[in-house]
Amino acid sequence: MQYALLIYEKLGAYDPFSDTERQALSAEYYALRHDPRIVAGARLQPVETATTIRVQDAQTLVTDGPFADTKEVFGGYFVLEADNIDAAIELAARCPAARLGGSVEIRPLVELPS
Amino acid sequence: MLASLIGFLGDFDLAEDAVQEAFAIAAERWPRDGTPNNPGAWLVTTARNRAIDRARRERTLEAKTRLLQMAAEPDLPIENTVVPDERLELMFLCCHPALAKDAQVALTLRALGGLTTDEIARAFLVAPETMKRRLTRAKARIKAVGIPFRVPSEHLLPERLGAVLAVLYLIFNEGYGGRIDLAAEAIRLCRVLVALLPLESEVLGLLALMLCHDARRNARFKDGELVLLADQDRTLWDMPQIADARSVLECGLGLGQRGPYVVQAAIAVLQTEAPVDWPQVAALYAELSALTKSPVVELNRAVAIAEAGSPKAALAIVDSLALDDYPYQHSTRAELLRRLGRLTEARHAYQRAMALTTSPAEQRFLTRRLVELQ
Repeated sequence: MQYALLIYEKLGAYDPFSDTERQALSAEYYALRHDPRIVAGARLQPVETATTIRVQDAQTLVTDGPFADTKEVFGGYFVLEADNIDAAIELAARCPAARLGGSVEIRPLVELPS
Repeated sequence: MLASLIGFLGDFDLAEDAVQEAFAIAAERWPRDGTPNNPGAWLVTTARNRAIDRARRERTLEAKTRLLQMAAEPDLPIENTVVPDERLELMFLCCHPALAKDAQVALTLRALGGLTTDEIARAFLVAPETMKRRLTRAKARIKAVGIPFRVPSEHLLPERLGAVLAVLYLIFNEGYGGRIDLAAEAIRLCRVLVALLPLESEVLGLLALMLCHDARRNARFKDGELVLLADQDRTLWDMPQIADARSVLECGLGLGQRGPYVVQAAIAVLQTEAPVDWPQVAALYAELSALTKSPVVELNRAVAIAEAGSPKAALAIVDSLALDDYPYQHSTRAELLRRLGRLTEARHAYQRAMALTTSPAEQRFLTRRLVELQ
């Protein structure tokens, strides 16, 4: 089965950290990315770089900012291959965001016919 | 049997259907052909074959492929097949944290406790349709989310245990209400858990608690009528089992951790003594209340306080609780009001309790109390 780990970060979670500490946190994500069970992953640039698109009455509406103003912001994702959800839970718990006021949502991917 | 099939087939509903079919075939064939030497293995093999037949008709390519792969495995000779006891794996599957708490409890009662959906609904004071939906959704979630059929690894085991214990206690209580085989099953499963986790005080606490309650089982009714603890014929108590409960409790207390089940077991054991040390019982209920924040525990604490000699203080506690749909709230109030001489109010409270009780024995008990008021 494939699972998506959707990483939500608490706004401003990294503010209290020094550069060295932030590098250490990035290193944790880097290590996770290279766990043999992880098949894909990416970190998104900060929420200030977000642009949101909606289409209403055939008109494309473009907004500066994320889809909604939330306390937790989508920051990145991993895709992992595993037999069951316990592996996903273990990896999700190791994401720094989860212990720094954010959360990680685990969702199985829809299996497409090969 | 269901457990080993779920393990084999990886699908709850498929396993349940296959089991039902196998039993139906057995009911038809065994009276005619005689019972096989190894009935368990016969049933499991038959159920597996039914499931594989069904797979052939199955439309989902994925399900078909998986099941036919299993069919290709060499068939074990029926006589030598040992049906593995995978009930613990099933227990941890049903109680997995990725399932909502109420789903965990319902699923375990269904798969391991042998209760019908209606019986589970009654135990939780919900409508049968609600419970049916809850079970259906839970099974769908197990499949969709990929919840494993496995005993958790050692570092996860203690935390996964809490829900399992709660469920066992619920099974025991349903059994304690009349279906004795369920109580025995709950005790049996708890003993297995003790063997697996000998240093978890709460497992010992739960076992001691259940042994204690179960030991008084035969004294709880007389000629079909309810008998209160104070009036019970102690010669009907299983004294060796109470002694067993005591030593199990001591092991639990010796481990140093005082969780809710250990405290409840201590209360139960104290109540087997004559006379009962009610102030000590009240103190233990206070400790339990702090641990669980449960209004039902407060209700029991009030009873202990009344027995210790303060019915007025007890009534004050009972009146502060928001348990309007709970029959024992009203029966307790009624008893306290009776002791305080407020008979009209006591009558109304007994009537309210009667409207809420489902057990005929309890209804008759309350009726007798009402009659005694006159």
